[in-house]
Amino acid sequence: MPNNYPQVLFQNRKPDRITTLEEYQQSGGYRALADVLRNYSYKDVQEALVEAILLGRGGAAFPAGRKLMTIADDAPFPRYVVCNADEMEPGTFKDRVLIHADPHMIIEGMIIDGYGAKAEKGVIFIRPEYESAAKILEREIKIAKEAGFLGKNIMGTDYSLDIVVHRSAGRYICGEVTAQLNALMGRRPNPKQPPPYPTEKGLWDRPTVLQNVETLANIPHIIRNGPEWYKSLAKTETGAGTKIFCVSGRVNKPGCVELPIGVRLSEIIELHAGGMPAGSEYKACLPGGASTRYLSKEFYDIEMDFEPLRQVGHRLGTGAIMVFDHKTCLVGATLNLTEFFARESCGWCTPCREGLPYIRDLLARLEAGDGREELIPMLQQMSKHLWSSYCAFAPGAVSPVESLITYFEDEVRDHISQKQCPFK
Amino acid sequence: MAELVCMTVFESDPEERAVLENVAAMLEEFEKQRGNLIPILQAIQDKHSYLCGGAMEMVANHLDVALGEVYGVATFYNQFRFHPPGRHQIKVCLGTACHVAGGDIILENFERKLGIKDGETTPDREYSVERVACVGCCALAPVAVINDTVEGHIKPSRVEGIFVQFQVEREREEREEAERESSE
Repeated sequence: MPNNYPQVLFQNRKPDRITTLEEYQQSGGYRALADVLRNYSYKDVQEALVEAILLGRGGAAFPAGRKLMTIADDAPFPRYVVCNADEMEPGTFKDRVLIHADPHMIIEGMIIDGYGAKAEKGVIFIRPEYESAAKILEREIKIAKEAGFLGKNIMGTDYSLDIVVHRSAGRYICGEVTAQLNALMGRRPNPKQPPPYPTEKGLWDRPTVLQNVETLANIPHIIRNGPEWYKSLAKTETGAGTKIFCVSGRVNKPGCVELPIGVRLSEIIELHAGGMPAGSEYKACLPGGASTRYLSKEFYDIEMDFEPLRQVGHRLGTGAIMVFDHKTCLVGATLNLTEFFARESCGWCTPCREGLPYIRDLLARLEAGDGREELIPMLQQMSKHLWSSYCAFAPGAVSPVESLITYFEDEVRDHISQKQCPFK
Repeated sequence: MAELVCMTVFESDPEERAVLENVAAMLEEFEKQRGNLIPILQAIQDKHSYLCGGAMEMVANHLDVALGEVYGVATFYNQFRFHPPGRHQIKVCLGTACHVAGGDIILENFERKLGIKDGETTPDREYSVERVACVGCCALAPVAVINDTVEGHIKPSRVEGIFVQFQVEREREEREEAERESSE
């Protein structure tokens, strides 16, 4: 079935090339910016985003408008707006697709967000693997500047903003806000425990507002069409807008699709990802990247929205859906995820630095058929310790482990009783 | 020009010596700001493909930060290397989507073919192999990145094909080289 839902973020997406500035303008691009600069105060921007219930799309789902509001009126200058394009959540590739599809949508969103923060400097923080995307952004920023949408006195008003692209040196933890700010200042990217929040003391102790690529791309549309329209896009009462879902794993047509918030998981897999291959049966999926909990079969019909998932103890995360079939060993998959997290832990706080390798070793023993009954409570206890770390990395890292035991304890026990991985 | 102050320079081999002279010239182009540390290290690695100890000493001197701090930053990030990589860099993705699709078999194929392990370079410095976390191409799993080119849906048989391609390329280069020499 073709995707008949309204395409907002992907409205200009083409199979073979990026959208030019001209094409973006023809589709209504930069009209929101013109409107904001002429008719909005910075507070109006904040209110519009709050009213539209725009939640952060990078995984944490923090309300974008509220984030702007935490900047105090008398906060010092210069203020910064940072676009987080450090997409390293395993299974997530929506930002890469979005930048390659329509870079000006992100740039316009960033300018409006910057206006809402009274920021005068913008930075796009991008991972080194996305060099092609970094080049595109640099080129299009230059084009936007020549067209008068960036730089000094944007569109003849007294608002000025410059954007530069910063290439990260690559580390998963850089996706965390406080870590990313440290990275931008040339330091080791250790997260800091707030307060102070980055909107109070961020880059060089100045207010800094940081948003995910997809979050920013939503902003021009909210301004242009209004919060009510934005909310009406979602299929659920609690939700608003669309979401880019990246589907990978055991499906016939893996890829990136834009669908309304609140669309059912079953619909995504069966209709938009081409269903599962013949002979494959749905067993579980990670609904939003590696740091979310496995959704077992009982949630196969769940509405993919922040709130319904939260109510059953899950998170939508980045919307990167990784599908596993009945032939995939989830102990093995969890071991793979934990190896990644153990390697990427920044090592700053002890539970995470010591706990993740410990968990990895326990899982490796289970997978190798060397497991014992008491390893299960050990895994649970060790996972609990991780919750006392500073940043959200550690609780995210143990989400697969905890949900493995919640939903697939039988599979873990099979590894123990059969003294080998039953899938090999 | 920034001074070649470090001891390692005088002990180092001609290769490193040449690198350091170039680094000294490069440093001139960067302001002495702490925030420039990562861009400087990136520029050096871009040019010389790895960071040698002497280069990091020079960066520390240039920015007036402790050498330990430069090492601390450089060793933390995944991008930086401290040994010369191969001319052809092979990165095999072992993110979860690739893991489920058999990425470890692909890595093993490369390792076996080259007789080296993940993280190593062949003695002739032609190839290096490393495992990487998710490269954001999960729809193409399993994936390997060969010299910045993404190879999607890679199969063990394709591994062989990649080396044949390199072989053909090298032979063409040698042929052209020989032709140039004979025409001179």
